[in-house]
Amino acid sequence: MKNTPAMTPELIAQHGLKPDEYQRILTLIGREPTLTELGIFSAMWNEHCSYKSSRLHLRGLPTKAPWVIQGPGENAGVIDIGDGLACVFKMESHNHPSYIEPYQGATTGVGGILRDVFTMGARPIATLNALRFGSPDHPKTRHLVSGVVAGIGGYGNSFGVPTVGGQMGFHSRYDGNILVNAMAVGIAKSDEIFYAKATGVGNPIVYLGSKTGRDGIHGATMASAAFDDSADEKRPTVQVGDPFAEKLLLEACLELMKTGSVIAIQDMGAAGLTSSAVEMGAKGDLGIELDLDKIPCREEGMTAYEMMLSESQERMLMVLDPAKEKQAEAIFIKWGLDFAIVGKTTDTLRFVVKHQGEVMADLPIKELGDEAPLYDRPYVETPKRPVLEAANIPSPVSNREALLKLIGSPDLASKRWVWEQYDHLILGNTVQQPGGDAAVVRVGEGPRGLALTSDVTPRYCDADPFEGGKQAVAEAYRNIIAVGGTPKAITDNLNFGNPERPEYMGQLVYCIRGLGEACKVLDFPVVSGNVSLYNETNGRGILPTPTIGGVGVLDDVAKSMSLAFKAEDEAVILIGETTGWLGSSSWLAEIAGREEGAPPPVDLVMEKLIGELVHGLIKDGLVTAVHDLSDGGLAVGLAEMAMAGGIGATIAAMPFGLPAHAELFGEDQARYLATVGSKDALDEISRRVSAIVATGEALVLMTVLGKTGGKTLTLPGEAPISLAELEQAHENWLPAYMAGEL
Amino acid sequence: MKSAVITFPGSNREGDVIRALRRATGHEPVSIWHQDMDLPKGTDLVVLPGGFSYGDYLRCGAIASRAPVMDAVRAHAAKGGLVLGICNGFQILVESGLLPGVLMRNAGLKFICKMQHLKVGRTDTSFTSAYTEGQIIKVAIAHGEGNYVADADTIARLEGENRVAFRYCTADGDTKAGNPNGSLNDIAGIYSERLNVLGMMPHPENLIETLVGGIDGRGLFESLSAFRGAA
Repeated sequence: MKNTPAMTPELIAQHGLKPDEYQRILTLIGREPTLTELGIFSAMWNEHCSYKSSRLHLRGLPTKAPWVIQGPGENAGVIDIGDGLACVFKMESHNHPSYIEPYQGATTGVGGILRDVFTMGARPIATLNALRFGSPDHPKTRHLVSGVVAGIGGYGNSFGVPTVGGQMGFHSRYDGNILVNAMAVGIAKSDEIFYAKATGVGNPIVYLGSKTGRDGIHGATMASAAFDDSADEKRPTVQVGDPFAEKLLLEACLELMKTGSVIAIQDMGAAGLTSSAVEMGAKGDLGIELDLDKIPCREEGMTAYEMMLSESQERMLMVLDPAKEKQAEAIFIKWGLDFAIVGKTTDTLRFVVKHQGEVMADLPIKELGDEAPLYDRPYVETPKRPVLEAANIPSPVSNREALLKLIGSPDLASKRWVWEQYDHLILGNTVQQPGGDAAVVRVGEGPRGLALTSDVTPRYCDADPFEGGKQAVAEAYRNIIAVGGTPKAITDNLNFGNPERPEYMGQLVYCIRGLGEACKVLDFPVVSGNVSLYNETNGRGILPTPTIGGVGVLDDVAKSMSLAFKAEDEAVILIGETTGWLGSSSWLAEIAGREEGAPPPVDLVMEKLIGELVHGLIKDGLVTAVHDLSDGGLAVGLAEMAMAGGIGATIAAMPFGLPAHAELFGEDQARYLATVGSKDALDEISRRVSAIVATGEALVLMTVLGKTGGKTLTLPGEAPISLAELEQAHENWLPAYMAGEL
Repeated sequence: MKSAVITFPGSNREGDVIRALRRATGHEPVSIWHQDMDLPKGTDLVVLPGGFSYGDYLRCGAIASRAPVMDAVRAHAAKGGLVLGICNGFQILVESGLLPGVLMRNAGLKFICKMQHLKVGRTDTSFTSAYTEGQIIKVAIAHGEGNYVADADTIARLEGENRVAFRYCTADGDTKAGNPNGSLNDIAGIYSERLNVLGMMPHPENLIETLVGGIDGRGLFESLSAFRGAA
């Protein structure tokens, strides 16, 4: 093997490898690596691919339940949803590329996660996303919002999958590192799931899809480092998306899978050909030999190094049943895609790469993954913040004014401007559109369906990573409950700063503990996920943001529940306890201009008890509208229900004995608003609540707040607010901001 | 009613329109691949579905209009056979010369997906007999290039010959205020001279059941279902 250029400390550092990591390579292979080999190690051992800082802590997450078919470790998680069907889903970040080149960064984020799902044999039926941008005042924010939203739409709309939900928030801590987390959800028959594990010696390895170019080389390494002022110079590491090629790849792959010729399949995502080949071999205890002369290339003269590290999109690698080679090739020719036999499985447990008659790499395949560094990085716990007393935080404005300001604030304003750029109706199964608690999507001809949501409250995670981690999972659970779903499993996308700083590492560790705790108590396991670290610019990290993608099942989508008020003169009830918790609330940040105080604690046992109660109320038809309470508390929840239904409400004086602004805007957890259409139903709900209290398990509270009716929302002691005024405040901010009017 | 739905590489609403036709007519439409040279014998209706044929690269509908199957579609239309082009299908029809005009980028330069009201034009066609003239219906739109533009003579001719099938409007029927994309004369769909070819940007195929947005799109498929062959 040629050993040029010589290994130098600079070259090693350019590959993102620390001196001790390089030493580990020397020990492992007993010689200096070739340049191609160094590239392979850099691709496999970066943070993005190896989870070297997070692996130790992720082990503690609950990943099992009787309905889990496949937990973390494959392309996506798989759960059984009944009727012989499985739901395949995962969320993944594309943060670093989207900051450098927002349109292409976002498109390839969506493309990558869709591939993860259809690689497993599932047809994608929905996507969601979670976006975080810097302060609206930051000069780059508008450009980034515009590019990312156009990119997500540009890819999903063309590919032909509805984008049904998501979240979008702004904070100055994301000024230099935006977050683009995309989630894809697909459906497959539960006994026809495809995996990455190769079997059989001498089987052909087939390359499918688009040609390999020089784009995205070192993308995963770039995504494993912090930014400085030269971030824009990293543009060449961003890949370019082609949704048309992806749509063809989807159809060709699903058609091919039906023929029974696919033994193993893996998409080429981060670290491209390297990672996909190593993963298939290592999982199957087999060696892999690649002949790079056979790789379909977009340009001439590509080196082995470039081919192994390219992150060109819309490519797959597959181990094929040799008896069905011709049949498989015909399918790919029909769809106009490249199909090339580029290697074979071997019994040597070596990863051998040949190019122009020379061996460019010869490495132990299992160790490339298994021997990746594993760090127990030092961490410190975020100091606890004091619990704020509502009585000590006077409201600077009237509650009426505060509500109008809150529902028009960047985080709580309507995101219609965003989701109207996404095709959310294609496939004709979107029962509940974006804008509700969770999206509801019918599966095929029904009646079964899925409830889908993405959630996290970064300011809580920053204030208290453990409670914030719990809250992210609890909110996803609550959103699924609110539409009538049974929460089944989550995917987690952990976005954090530099793990080499103990305070940021501490955020990661405690958030993981918090979400693990919530998953355990709520019986809501993690089945897939992704970790994005080094979201930091010039030493300042993002708010800790463990985005949770939740999936629930509805037995009959026709019975799904929505938040809109349905009729006049219905009782408005609140289920759950109100203590007026203003610490780290939206009200405190937007109205009082303070980001401080402990966030609301999450009582997980109460969360489950109330969740199950509300689930039963929906199932038995006792409630007519349901909305979970989160940012902005009770008042914002009421306003959202009124606007969605075009019906107002009058709220009588509240019985909590707290300052009015704390009652209206406090963010106590485990609470739902609902409407009830008859006295009998109300009596039955009271009876069920009393029955829980009688068990002595918990003190569940149910309060009648007022009733629906008219075209205004009237809060206690305040002048009525017309629905038109609410809507104007809610709908105007984002379009006006994007038009440069603000 | 025998229908055929053409799939081009990049079509993505073929399944939606097949479902709508199946429910309205009780017959399973035949799927035709873009490289097929012929339509099945006895085909009454050919549908060009929504999507991004050939990725919408070059220009929306431009490459698809030159696909092998399009000669058969042109021949079918010339014989008086029914052709329905929805969204990308409309773009293909104008690129094929089966309908006049062009579809430019939306005036707001953004892709728009939302519920949209339409005012139904004449109802003495095979596509709209189940509606009443001037009826306001609510269907979906989902496009980035739906801004219908033609020269003044063409517009005058379309209007003079009563060939505007649907116009965008608000819930109250205000066409100007309800125009989402800048189309001239608020045009959402047009007929060919002989009224056997309809191109429209909105998606009636996504509004066929109460559970999913409403049933205002059903009328189009019910009209087609009532079709009893060319007189």
